[in-house]
Amino acid sequence: MTYRLEANALDRLFKALGTKGYVIFGPTVRDSAVVYDRIESPNDLPAGWADQQTNGSYRLVKTDSPAYFDFTAPPQSWKRLLFPPSLHLFRSHRRNGTLEILEEEHETEPMAFLGVRPCDLRALAILDSVYLNGGASDSTYRQRREKTLIIAVNCTRAGGTCFCASMGTGPEAGAGFDLCLTELVSEHDHYFLVESGSAKGESCVSPLQAREATPQEQTSGREAIRTAAAAMGRSLQTQGLPELLAANLSHPRWDQIARRCLACANCTMVCPTCFCSTVEDSTDLSGAIASRTRLWDSCFTAEFSYIHGGSLRPTIKSRYRQWMTHKLSSWVAQFGSFGCVGCGRCITWCPVGIDLTEEARILRGQAAEHV
Amino acid sequence: MAGKGIPKLAVWKFASCDGCQLSLLNCEEELLALSSAVHMAYFPEASRAMIKGPYDISLVEGSITTPHDAERIHQIRRSSAALISIGACATAGGIQALRNFADVREFTSLVYASPQFIETLGKSTPISDHVSVDFELRGCPISKNQLLEVLTAFLHRRKPAIPSYSVCIECKRKGVVCGLVAHGPPCLGPVTQAGCGALCPTYARGCYGCFGPKETPNTGSLTATWKESGMDDAELLRLFRSFTATAEPFRKESESHEIQNN
Repeated sequence: MTYRLEANALDRLFKALGTKGYVIFGPTVRDSAVVYDRIESPNDLPAGWADQQTNGSYRLVKTDSPAYFDFTAPPQSWKRLLFPPSLHLFRSHRRNGTLEILEEEHETEPMAFLGVRPCDLRALAILDSVYLNGGASDSTYRQRREKTLIIAVNCTRAGGTCFCASMGTGPEAGAGFDLCLTELVSEHDHYFLVESGSAKGESCVSPLQAREATPQEQTSGREAIRTAAAAMGRSLQTQGLPELLAANLSHPRWDQIARRCLACANCTMVCPTCFCSTVEDSTDLSGAIASRTRLWDSCFTAEFSYIHGGSLRPTIKSRYRQWMTHKLSSWVAQFGSFGCVGCGRCITWCPVGIDLTEEARILRGQAAEHV
Repeated sequence: MAGKGIPKLAVWKFASCDGCQLSLLNCEEELLALSSAVHMAYFPEASRAMIKGPYDISLVEGSITTPHDAERIHQIRRSSAALISIGACATAGGIQALRNFADVREFTSLVYASPQFIETLGKSTPISDHVSVDFELRGCPISKNQLLEVLTAFLHRRKPAIPSYSVCIECKRKGVVCGLVAHGPPCLGPVTQAGCGALCPTYARGCYGCFGPKETPNTGSLTATWKESGMDDAELLRLFRSFTATAEPFRKESESHEIQNN
């Protein structure tokens, strides 16, 4: 069933989540951007703020709209809450010639992610396929993921670098949410459509005291999402793309991209599905205590592919090609889907504005749209 | 290490501001552990007791700017089992290497009343231009945590965990919103080696490049983008001409804007 929740009653959702013991993470304004952080009430939401994104540029602008969720993809995704950028794995003590391993305890409070965009919802499913994958399951990720309540918010506005419609990941939320909201704002009306997608989500609905939405309200919701679908800032033709990239590893375009690419790794850091990590070992001065830390890593660094004798990918060209062909080609063979959800973060947060949709188009032999 | 008992540490100063060797005293909480792990045999900034070499580890701060220093560094190398150069001056020539782009005699004639008594070299150069160096620790100043990591690694004969990737990786791990993309101050983070903990970007300032060029730095692409957005060659030249101005990739980049200026 779909419910209608008045916008001015949104605090009921916060109270319901609080009562159930969830720490709420959601969008809020910080450092000239809408970021995901701890929030406590609707007052923390970025009402009246919208972002303008294009390749290499992000600007936050004030709007006249009372909408809470007018932003598109924030600078970083939910990845950092489930897969922390830095995590102590264990410490070991050497005492009288024996080694004692002390595993780090990572207690996590139940988290509610409020405002998960459909692209990021799909990205969570992809991270699940990586980290909850049978024998290779990651215990920290699993523990955090199991304690997470997902409240998706459908997109009714598309950003300048968004292309979820091409990827089939949005702007309407697919599977995997506990609750899903659609925010509707008109001259005289401001409300949310609320659907639940799980028993956990359903249990949050009754405290909202929301009435059933009329068929007309539900139609308005679908239309608003369709508006976003029609306004995507970018597009990517996915048909035959994995094969196309695999067949073009010697394309001259890679050299041209390499002249622009900084190999700074920003694209991989902001990507909601990039999952690579490294471990760093350290010892104390006495040599009695050693510790191991897991850190986000990137295929854009020389160290990433360093083995005895040197780096396997010494050139920027080889690193960019590795990343893009993994996202849009070899990921399909590895995990059964693209490693890209069309959030556009790699385009926005590239300091020199490299746009993978444009690069894919050029590799396909079509003219670029955005240059 | 090579010697008997606890390893002997020496700290040497060349043309520099002392900030990097001060990082050693700045270790505070770790200072006790450090003084039991190494014997501070020669460290004039900390103690008047000066014990003769040879030393197991020498930390060398500063760049070579005088004929006398160019001799002295060889003596230090001979008396050190391991030589670690620390800081932008010792690893890249430092801010004083700005003289390398001009004629130092013009400076001395303006600064000193009797320039004929000044014996100085035409260029400020890193330690590795003169002697073989076992490790170069970057930074202006160096990070005390990285210094401890390098010392610990040398004491335990393992590889120091000092990354050569960009400041951007540290920034993103911290969750800092990229100022370069979101509000636009020029930031050298994408071409600069990590290590500072993304200090300036955390406070909404662009990176000044204190840790020098990262591995495979693509400075030309960054400046081409900034030029498109309206920066001129003089501004671009200045960005790359600061604390690590003569580190090769930064030197080449600033010189390319000099040529276009003329």
